[in-house]
Amino acid sequence: MGMRKVAIVGAGITKFVRRAQETGKELSWQASKMALDSCGLSLDDVDMVTLGTAPDAFDGVHMKGEYLADGAGAHRKPYMRHYVGGGTGVFSPIHGWFHVASGMADICLVVAEEKMSSCHPHPQGAFLTIFDHTTEQPLKPTLIWIFALEMNRYMQTYGISKADIARVSVKNKGNALDHPSAQVAEKITVEDVLASETLCWPVNRLDISPASDGAAAVVLASERVARRLTDKPVWIDGVGFAIDTAYWATRDLAYPRYVETAARMAYDMAGIKEPAKEIHVAEPYDPFDYKELHHMEGLMLCPRGEAARLTAEGYTARDGNLPICPSGGALGVGNPIAATGLMKVIEIFLQLRGEAGKRQVPGKPTCGLAQAWGDLMQMGTVIVLRSH
Amino acid sequence: MDLDTCELGGTPLKSSDFEKCKVLTTEWKPNLGYAWDNGVAIGRYLAELKEGRIIARVCHECHRIMLPPRMFCELCFRPTDEWAYVEDTGVVNTFSIARVNWDASRRGPKEPPLMPAVIEIDGATKGMGIMHMLGEVDPDDVTIGMKVRAVWKKPEDRTGAITDILYFKPIRAAAPKKAAAGRKR
Amino acid sequence: MATTDKMSKNTSPTHWEGEIPVNYIYTYGLAGEAFFRAVKDKGTFLGARCDACDITFVPPKIYCDRCFEELKKFIDVGTVGYVDTFTVSFKNMDGSDKTRPRILAMIKIEGTDGGIIHYLEGIGIEEVALGLPVQAIFKPKNQRKGGIEDILGFGPLKR
Repeated sequence: MGMRKVAIVGAGITKFVRRAQETGKELSWQASKMALDSCGLSLDDVDMVTLGTAPDAFDGVHMKGEYLADGAGAHRKPYMRHYVGGGTGVFSPIHGWFHVASGMADICLVVAEEKMSSCHPHPQGAFLTIFDHTTEQPLKPTLIWIFALEMNRYMQTYGISKADIARVSVKNKGNALDHPSAQVAEKITVEDVLASETLCWPVNRLDISPASDGAAAVVLASERVARRLTDKPVWIDGVGFAIDTAYWATRDLAYPRYVETAARMAYDMAGIKEPAKEIHVAEPYDPFDYKELHHMEGLMLCPRGEAARLTAEGYTARDGNLPICPSGGALGVGNPIAATGLMKVIEIFLQLRGEAGKRQVPGKPTCGLAQAWGDLMQMGTVIVLRSH
Repeated sequence: MDLDTCELGGTPLKSSDFEKCKVLTTEWKPNLGYAWDNGVAIGRYLAELKEGRIIARVCHECHRIMLPPRMFCELCFRPTDEWAYVEDTGVVNTFSIARVNWDASRRGPKEPPLMPAVIEIDGATKGMGIMHMLGEVDPDDVTIGMKVRAVWKKPEDRTGAITDILYFKPIRAAAPKKAAAGRKR
Repeated sequence: MATTDKMSKNTSPTHWEGEIPVNYIYTYGLAGEAFFRAVKDKGTFLGARCDACDITFVPPKIYCDRCFEELKKFIDVGTVGYVDTFTVSFKNMDGSDKTRPRILAMIKIEGTDGGIIHYLEGIGIEEVALGLPVQAIFKPKNQRKGGIEDILGFGPLKR
């Protein structure tokens, strides 16, 4: 393709919490500083900065990208904010990848931030405007409706039960007990999930990730620079992103074909022909438990309708054939919308370096994937990472 | 690097910290009002709803009859070709039984749950759904594939809005199949 | 056909009205909390010192945005400053006339590299000039809540 090789060489993250005292700028700085320190760089070494953050309406700061810039180290540097809804956090390193792969930058700092707690009466209220203002908002919908409608269609199409899906929440909240940033890690059972409050059937409270505040950051470097900075660079071998129609009620809700489109783009670039065999560990986006299954199928990591059965068989546990969300995911670590995707990228980065501590999956994985999803259930972003 | 050995940022607060003013805050209640242009397609859509009709647009290139109507086809990227009335009946593609309002507040114990659904409208291309509500049906009786008909506001109460349709109710040909009881509490 | 002809012949609803109904409660952050506590409890301003870059930030920050190092030293920088720039506002947001013109100024705090934007009080439009020394006027302590309104404005230096 004529693009340079790019590696992730450092990472930083804050705790994910329901209400942080820090401003969005301070959260961004905490994550960014940690990322630079982790690879021994100073702010002077950074050529460009890219920042991802979801709607201004969460933090309640207009032009949030500009506001967060100095906490992201962008003082007098080339800087851009990108935003693709919940897909942002995985798009963040893709955006940075363009800067370095093109030769415009040798070192790019990539930051993702969200401070949802400022939004009242509840951050969920800001999602009202995700619906069409004329043909849908007058029905007073809530975001959970969209998930519930999609989950129901998915369950009915493949004959999957709520208990099948609840296993994902149990797995991820349990995995998160080993993640230092985790907001809602806990040991629960399938019965706990089914007994939790029914919000919008078939969605129960424990099927959902929380609203969160948090930030994450990674440092990207060109090949020549990466090899000087670390003996364990993690290469960005594939990037993919695609969006589907905003007329969401006209789509097949049982299958996220926009994730497949993005995945194919990333797999082509990475030379992956059989993802189920060649991907050793994956972090698909899991804001609701059924989404992990939905996305596994869209990523072609298993046949359609099969993800629930494989989960029940332990295929996706940390010691399973294809560990999925060893971090604990959004369900266990938390979901500060943009930062969640980058948390997942960081998890794959650490897994491939053998530095994931208690979360480390066995077998020395060398190829991993992170995926996020957003906007009006329409955006897929995929990144394929390798250590070699 | 090992996350376990790093000191992570982020200072968690509890909602009681705010209530007891343990942390200083400032508030803003924005006054964000909008007047969104309907455009030609939605303008006609709303005008027809006021008359008790649902109208769609047709693309001859990809042979789709589209709801909501739109003046360009997003698949073929060309202007759409003509208007077409569709039925006010349809089939439930998916549904939910909701106890939560838009702002995460809960519906009271005596308030019936809301039943949002995606309804594929008869006369439009298969799979062409719109979001609306279900009514006059017990939550336990709702099924995917159920045939429904729009219940309209009285003509004098209609204003040219999606809410000119109050909800969609089942068309009962025979006794309804009872789905698993109690699953939607 | 003139545009006005088109509009009056239109029979479809032209627009849909609605609102975005959320509101916000903001924390001040780690640095902002310290700054406004000093305003509330002590009637003074704090700054943050970066020795490496030789900058004193007002209001304070927990990090220097130039070198990105953590700033732990918050110092009392007093309440005296000078007018760095100003504007005079005659109209309200809705276009009506203000009952009296208000001077909004960027006030640099003496001895620092930062400042505060606020109103000038007790200074006439004819007197205001760049470089004019001013000092913060606070509400009485028992009326302060810990916010920018605890400062009534900046006025002539107290003798």
